[in-house]
Amino acid sequence: MTRSELVEEVASKSANFTKKDVEVIVSTLFQSIADSLSKGEKIEIRGFGSFKVKQREARRGRNPKSGEGILVEEKKVPFFKAGKEFKERVNTVEQKTA
Amino acid sequence: MTKADLVEVAFEKVGCSKKDLAEVVDQVFETIKGALEHGDKVKISGFGNFTVRHKKARRGRNPQTGDEIIIGERRVMTFKPSQILKDYVNK
Repeated sequence: MTRSELVEEVASKSANFTKKDVEVIVSTLFQSIADSLSKGEKIEIRGFGSFKVKQREARRGRNPKSGEGILVEEKKVPFFKAGKEFKERVNTVEQKTA
Repeated sequence: MTKADLVEVAFEKVGCSKKDLAEVVDQVFETIKGALEHGDKVKISGFGNFTVRHKKARRGRNPQTGDEIIIGERRVMTFKPSQILKDYVNK
Protein backbone atom coordinates (compact mmCIF):
# COMPACT_ATOMS: atom_id res chain seq x y z
CA MET A 1 0.00 0.00 0.00
CA THR A 2 1.43 3.36 -1.00
CA ARG A 3 0.64 6.82 0.26
CA SER A 4 -1.82 7.39 -2.60
CA GLU A 5 -3.56 4.07 -1.99
CA LEU A 6 -3.84 4.99 1.66
CA VAL A 7 -5.41 8.32 0.71
CA GLU A 8 -7.76 6.54 -1.69
CA GLU A 9 -8.98 4.10 0.94
CA VAL A 10 -9.42 6.68 3.69
CA ALA A 11 -11.27 9.04 1.31
CA SER A 12 -13.64 6.26 0.25
CA LYS A 13 -14.60 5.73 3.90
CA SER A 14 -15.12 9.35 4.90
CA ALA A 15 -18.11 11.11 3.46
CA ASN A 16 -17.15 14.57 4.70
CA PHE A 17 -13.85 14.89 2.89
CA THR A 18 -12.75 14.91 -0.70
CA LYS A 19 -9.72 12.97 -1.87
CA LYS A 20 -7.85 16.25 -2.06
CA ASP A 21 -8.64 17.02 1.60
CA VAL A 22 -7.48 13.59 2.70
CA GLU A 23 -4.28 14.05 0.71
CA VAL A 24 -3.53 17.28 2.56
CA ILE A 25 -4.40 15.69 5.91
CA VAL A 26 -2.20 12.63 5.33
CA SER A 27 0.74 14.78 4.19
CA THR A 28 0.32 17.10 7.16
CA LEU A 29 0.18 14.12 9.48
CA PHE A 30 3.47 12.60 8.40
CA GLN A 31 5.10 16.01 8.11
CA SER A 32 4.18 16.89 11.70
CA ILE A 33 5.47 13.55 12.93
CA ALA A 34 8.74 14.19 11.06
CA ASP A 35 8.94 17.76 12.43
CA SER A 36 8.45 16.55 15.99
CA LEU A 37 11.07 13.85 15.56
CA SER A 38 13.57 16.35 14.23
CA LYS A 39 13.05 18.37 17.41
CA GLY A 40 13.77 15.23 19.40
CA GLU A 41 10.20 14.89 20.62
CA LYS A 42 8.35 11.67 21.15
CA ILE A 43 5.06 11.04 19.35
CA GLU A 44 2.57 8.69 20.91
CA ILE A 45 -0.44 7.49 18.98
CA ARG A 46 -2.82 5.44 21.06
CA GLY A 47 -3.66 2.09 19.52
CA PHE A 48 -0.89 2.46 16.96
CA GLY A 49 2.49 3.03 18.50
CA SER A 50 5.10 5.61 19.24
CA PHE A 51 7.83 7.31 17.29
CA LYS A 52 11.00 8.58 18.87
CA VAL A 53 14.59 9.35 18.05
CA LYS A 54 17.37 7.16 19.29
CA GLN A 55 20.92 8.36 19.68
CA ARG A 56 23.63 6.16 18.19
CA GLU A 57 27.12 6.59 19.63
CA ALA A 58 30.12 7.10 17.41
CA ARG A 59 31.85 3.80 16.64
CA ARG A 60 34.73 2.38 14.76
CA GLY A 61 33.55 0.87 11.50
CA ARG A 62 35.16 -0.64 8.49
CA ASN A 63 34.66 0.03 4.83
CA PRO A 64 33.41 -3.40 3.72
CA LYS A 65 34.90 -2.97 0.26
CA SER A 66 38.41 -1.83 1.05
CA GLY A 67 38.67 -3.13 4.61
CA GLU A 68 39.85 0.28 5.78
CA GLY A 69 38.94 1.28 9.31
CA ILE A 70 36.86 4.44 9.57
CA LEU A 71 35.12 6.33 12.30
CA VAL A 72 31.34 6.30 12.08
CA GLU A 73 30.14 9.49 13.71
CA GLU A 74 27.34 9.63 16.23
CA LYS A 75 23.93 10.03 14.71
CA LYS A 76 20.24 10.05 15.44
CA VAL A 77 17.92 7.37 14.12
CA PRO A 78 14.12 7.57 13.89
CA PHE A 79 12.51 4.63 15.64
CA PHE A 80 9.00 3.25 15.74
CA LYS A 81 7.62 0.96 18.38
CA ALA A 82 4.28 -0.68 17.65
CA GLY A 83 1.65 -0.50 20.36
CA LYS A 84 0.56 -3.61 22.17
CA GLU A 85 -2.84 -3.84 20.48
CA PHE A 86 -1.22 -3.34 17.08
CA LYS A 87 1.36 -6.04 17.73
CA GLU A 88 -1.33 -8.46 18.75
CA ARG A 89 -3.43 -7.71 15.70
CA VAL A 90 -0.52 -8.25 13.32
CA ASN A 91 0.21 -11.53 15.01
CA THR A 92 -3.27 -13.02 15.38
CA VAL A 93 -4.44 -12.70 11.78
CA GLU A 94 -1.42 -14.75 10.74
CA GLN A 95 -2.50 -17.63 12.94
CA LYS A 96 -5.88 -17.67 11.26
CA THR A 97 -4.50 -17.66 7.74
CA ALA A 98 -1.56 -20.00 8.40
CA MET B 1 3.01 14.82 20.71
CA THR B 2 -0.22 12.83 20.74
CA LYS B 3 -3.00 12.14 18.29
CA ALA B 4 -4.84 15.21 19.59
CA ASP B 5 -1.85 17.38 18.66
CA LEU B 6 -1.78 15.86 15.19
CA VAL B 7 -5.46 16.70 14.78
CA GLU B 8 -4.69 20.25 15.93
CA VAL B 9 -1.97 20.71 13.29
CA ALA B 10 -4.22 19.28 10.59
CA PHE B 11 -6.97 21.63 11.77
CA GLU B 12 -4.71 24.65 11.20
CA LYS B 13 -4.03 23.43 7.65
CA VAL B 14 -7.48 22.28 6.61
CA GLY B 15 -9.77 24.19 8.93
CA CYS B 16 -12.92 22.15 9.24
CA SER B 17 -14.73 20.39 12.04
CA LYS B 18 -12.24 18.94 14.52
CA LYS B 19 -14.51 16.03 15.15
CA ASP B 20 -14.48 15.11 11.47
CA LEU B 21 -10.72 15.57 11.37
CA ALA B 22 -10.22 13.33 14.36
CA GLU B 23 -12.19 10.67 12.54
CA VAL B 24 -10.05 10.91 9.43
CA VAL B 25 -6.84 10.77 11.46
CA ASP B 26 -8.15 7.66 13.19
CA GLN B 27 -9.11 6.21 9.85
CA VAL B 28 -5.59 6.79 8.51
CA PHE B 29 -3.98 4.80 11.31
CA GLU B 30 -6.72 2.21 11.18
CA THR B 31 -6.16 1.72 7.45
CA ILE B 32 -2.41 1.30 7.94
CA LYS B 33 -3.06 -1.27 10.65
CA GLY B 34 -5.56 -3.09 8.47
CA ALA B 35 -3.10 -3.36 5.59
CA LEU B 36 -0.28 -4.64 7.79
CA GLU B 37 -2.58 -7.05 9.52
CA HIS B 38 -3.17 -8.70 6.18
CA GLY B 39 0.50 -8.89 5.47
CA ASP B 40 0.61 -5.94 3.10
CA LYS B 41 3.45 -3.39 3.25
CA VAL B 42 2.70 0.27 3.74
CA LYS B 43 5.08 2.58 1.93
CA ILE B 44 4.88 6.26 2.70
CA SER B 45 7.28 7.97 0.33
CA GLY B 46 9.54 10.45 2.09
CA PHE B 47 8.67 8.98 5.47
CA GLY B 48 9.32 5.27 5.58
CA ASN B 49 7.98 1.77 5.14
CA PHE B 50 5.98 -0.30 7.55
CA THR B 51 6.45 -3.99 6.95
CA VAL B 52 5.52 -7.24 8.63
CA ARG B 53 8.24 -9.80 9.22
CA HIS B 54 7.98 -13.45 10.09
CA LYS B 55 10.05 -14.61 12.99
CA LYS B 56 10.82 -18.27 13.33
CA ALA B 57 10.47 -20.03 16.64
CA ARG B 58 13.64 -19.90 18.71
CA ARG B 59 14.95 -20.80 22.08
CA GLY B 60 15.06 -17.94 24.49
CA ARG B 61 15.74 -17.42 28.12
CA ASN B 62 13.77 -15.65 30.76
CA PRO B 63 16.29 -12.99 31.75
CA GLN B 64 14.92 -12.82 35.25
CA THR B 65 14.93 -16.48 36.19
CA GLY B 66 17.34 -17.88 33.62
CA ASP B 67 14.79 -20.52 32.61
CA GLU B 68 14.97 -21.63 29.04
CA ILE B 69 11.76 -21.09 27.08
CA ILE B 70 10.64 -21.48 23.51
CA ILE B 71 9.61 -18.33 21.75
CA GLY B 72 7.04 -19.38 19.18
CA GLU B 73 6.82 -18.43 15.56
CA ARG B 74 5.28 -15.01 15.23
CA ARG B 75 4.85 -11.96 13.09
CA VAL B 76 6.23 -8.60 14.09
CA MET B 77 5.99 -5.28 12.42
CA THR B 78 8.96 -3.12 11.67
CA PHE B 79 9.38 0.42 10.51
CA LYS B 80 12.20 1.37 8.19
CA PRO B 81 12.65 5.12 8.00
CA SER B 82 13.36 6.60 4.59
CA GLN B 83 16.70 8.27 3.89
CA ILE B 84 14.82 11.59 3.79
CA LEU B 85 13.50 11.12 7.31
CA LYS B 86 16.89 9.94 8.58
CA ASP B 87 18.56 13.04 7.16
CA TYR B 88 15.79 15.26 8.49
CA VAL B 89 16.25 13.96 12.03
CA ASN B 90 20.02 14.57 11.86
CA LYS B 91 20.07 18.06 10.49
